[in-house]
Amino acid sequence: MKKSLWTLFALMLALSLALAGCSSSGGDSSKGGDDGKVDPNNVMIYGRGGDSVALDPAVVTDGESFIVTEQIYEPLVNYGKDNTDIVPGLAKEWDISEDGLTYTFTLEEGVKFHDGEKFNADAVVKNFDRWAQSKDGEKFAYYGSMFGGFEGDEGHVIKDVKADGDYKVVITLSKPQAPFLKNVAMSPFAIASPKSLDGDKLSKEPVGTGPFKFKSWKPNDTIVLEKNADYWVKDMPKLDGVTFKVIKDNSSRLNALTKGEIDLMDALNPSDMKKVSDNGKLQLFERPSMNVGYLGFNVEKAPFDKKEVRQAISHLIDKQAIIDNFYEGTAEPAKNPMPPSIAGYNDEIQDREYDEAKAKELLAKAGLEKGFEMDLWAMPVARPYMPNGQKVAEAIQAKLAKVNIKANIVTFEWGTYLEKVQKGEAPMFMLGWTGDNGDADNFLYTLLDKDTIDSNNYSRYANEDVHKLLVEAQTTADEAKREELYKQAQVIIHEDAPWVPLVHSKPQLAGASKIKGFVPHPTGSQSFADVSFE
Amino acid sequence: MFAYTIRRLATLVPVLLGMTFIVFMMIRAIPGNPAQLILGQQATKEAVASLTKRLGLDQPWYTQFIDYLTGLFTGDLGVSLKTNVAISEEIWPYLAATIELAFVAMVIAIVIGVNAGIISAWFQNSWFDYTAMVLALIGVSMPIFWLGLMEQYVFSIHFDLLPTTGRDNIRVPVDPITHLYLIDTLIQGRMDQFGEVVKHLILPGVALGTIPMAIIARMTRSSMLEVMRSDYIRTARAKGMKMFWVVYKHSLKNALIPVVTVIGLQTGLLLGGAILTETIFGWPGIGTYIYDAISYRDYPVIQSGILVVATIFVLINLLVDLLYAAIDPRIKFK
Repeated sequence: MKKSLWTLFALMLALSLALAGCSSSGGDSSKGGDDGKVDPNNVMIYGRGGDSVALDPAVVTDGESFIVTEQIYEPLVNYGKDNTDIVPGLAKEWDISEDGLTYTFTLEEGVKFHDGEKFNADAVVKNFDRWAQSKDGEKFAYYGSMFGGFEGDEGHVIKDVKADGDYKVVITLSKPQAPFLKNVAMSPFAIASPKSLDGDKLSKEPVGTGPFKFKSWKPNDTIVLEKNADYWVKDMPKLDGVTFKVIKDNSSRLNALTKGEIDLMDALNPSDMKKVSDNGKLQLFERPSMNVGYLGFNVEKAPFDKKEVRQAISHLIDKQAIIDNFYEGTAEPAKNPMPPSIAGYNDEIQDREYDEAKAKELLAKAGLEKGFEMDLWAMPVARPYMPNGQKVAEAIQAKLAKVNIKANIVTFEWGTYLEKVQKGEAPMFMLGWTGDNGDADNFLYTLLDKDTIDSNNYSRYANEDVHKLLVEAQTTADEAKREELYKQAQVIIHEDAPWVPLVHSKPQLAGASKIKGFVPHPTGSQSFADVSFE
Repeated sequence: MFAYTIRRLATLVPVLLGMTFIVFMMIRAIPGNPAQLILGQQATKEAVASLTKRLGLDQPWYTQFIDYLTGLFTGDLGVSLKTNVAISEEIWPYLAATIELAFVAMVIAIVIGVNAGIISAWFQNSWFDYTAMVLALIGVSMPIFWLGLMEQYVFSIHFDLLPTTGRDNIRVPVDPITHLYLIDTLIQGRMDQFGEVVKHLILPGVALGTIPMAIIARMTRSSMLEVMRSDYIRTARAKGMKMFWVVYKHSLKNALIPVVTVIGLQTGLLLGGAILTETIFGWPGIGTYIYDAISYRDYPVIQSGILVVATIFVLINLLVDLLYAAIDPRIKFK
């Protein structure tokens, strides 16, 4: 009897070992790539939490799509390596008319699309025509929102786009738009091969001029890009390819990085930073902050329709303690609705310091010295500006209790949460925003103008003076004047306190120590053209 | 038996129809407009309204339901709102990934679970019995999330034996044919890749197989104990038959009948319930496909995804019922 038991154990053990021992011969595989030139060890594997929606940048709005299209396509102008200053892209230089209405771009010559088509002025015109003439706000959501609608619409900023010879493009605006170049540099306005625009294949078979070419896509698993050997920038790209791999769980993604299965990962949990810095084979990367996490009030709902109540609560949020406990110090306290890196930031504003006595005084002024009860909506998902909404809400709840404000923490599934907050159902809620183009307009007008109530102005904050300043800034070409206008707007917003700005976080990435030349961009996606392995 | 099978298949139609209706109504009860989620926070109100109209979401629910059913009868599962691709075209790779994983999980669960149950019954009240049953109790109550991460930590990072995530080696990926990678790599004669695929299946297979393994072990043990107390087993032993044959030949056949039911039910559950394992192990399966669709309010994918999983579930149950007859000829179908 004993013997048969042992035999059984031995069999099971042998089976497990045989399975575990199945060896791979990845290194000497004869099938490293299509042409045999690709060295699998010179391909960077980028681990991320979600898949792309589509590979046509003009039709998507999500960061997971842009991080891939950024490698395949290029826009006319680019952002600086680690900032949102404008530098040449497919256009090597540009000229802006005095009245700010005519932009003349001189294009790079000798650039080819991945399908062999020539890049020239006609290609640019065809791309702009495709967006403007579609009149399709569903499909080209970013075009409509950044350029005030489509051809024929009253607010449409781009009057026409014309080729002047093979390598000159003239864009005429119907009215000056100060952030125009910053908008043109955005991922959605990258130029695709004119041939690929016929039919509807671009979402699955992208064709651009970028450093990497599309090879294959296994949905929810991997997207494989290979080196564009004919890339127009000399000695680039340095890698043989980039593969994007979806691993939803942040901890598993870090495990895969530690094991060497992936080379770079985004969305590192702040609490895992020490694991990375203690591991000699890994390194940390910090994305410069271009976001804001905030606590918003619905200013139409009592008691938050009273300015004093909003100011009182502003005095009860201990931002530094929140940053130390839930961001591992990787954020800075916010005092304005936009981060300091953006031109027009008003550093003279004095933040409301943590002060219970002051808060009580303000509450008494509003006739609420006995306190009150309300719902605090906590974000159900981790976002770069809010890694743990539930915990931050609990910390805020404890502080509010000190002045007899009873906050009941409420949360919903993310899609539901956004919809309900947008409809104005939440009296006090946590949310945040990551900027699209590094312009103050993209924070202040988008989030706090009376025009954007029912859209992104979840606080439903409307102030006529702020509105006038923001609209004037939109159409002012003089940068110094614009900055002044934004600074004035921030003063009024600070006084009205429709939000308690909480933090500007610096999202963390982790990578293998062999990675060189990787500079995370504040917009959230960047080209890997000059990344290499040591 | 043929008539019985046909009759059973016919009763599946109302079951699946009812389920389709319930899922249809439930997902529409969740707040959150798909058009808004698709277009993102930047979208204008006009764009959201126009997309809502184009998707037919402004129609009354019964019109939408009838349209959906009409599509189903012509084999049209609908088009994903997110990717704009026909679901019938994109669902198979996800389903294949989950089927492969669930298959391995069930093989692990059955081989270890049934044997642990048998040995526990055979050596009732021994150290093995106690250990196995305590482990089974832990197994049933273990959160998959925690188990998966622990497996990765121990077997991948600490002992460096197995990969942490994915279905294949990302640097030398499998070219899918059937999307069942074990089969694909064999067809292509890539034994190196076959080995990789097997290695990638072990940790998620164990994580997913743990709960059914524990349930099967406990079920087998109690069923075996009952059978082994019966007269015919006593007779067999009295005749001097070797214990191994008594257990594995005479007892097992009868003890397996309830176990087969449990196996059938668990297999069905694994197909739909692999979501946590898939999340932890970066496994592109049907669980994550449906879960993503829910976050995105991709109504057609939620509906058709659940319908496909439910269909497989009821078919497995039918198969289990039919298997009864094969194991136990006393069972007659009426």
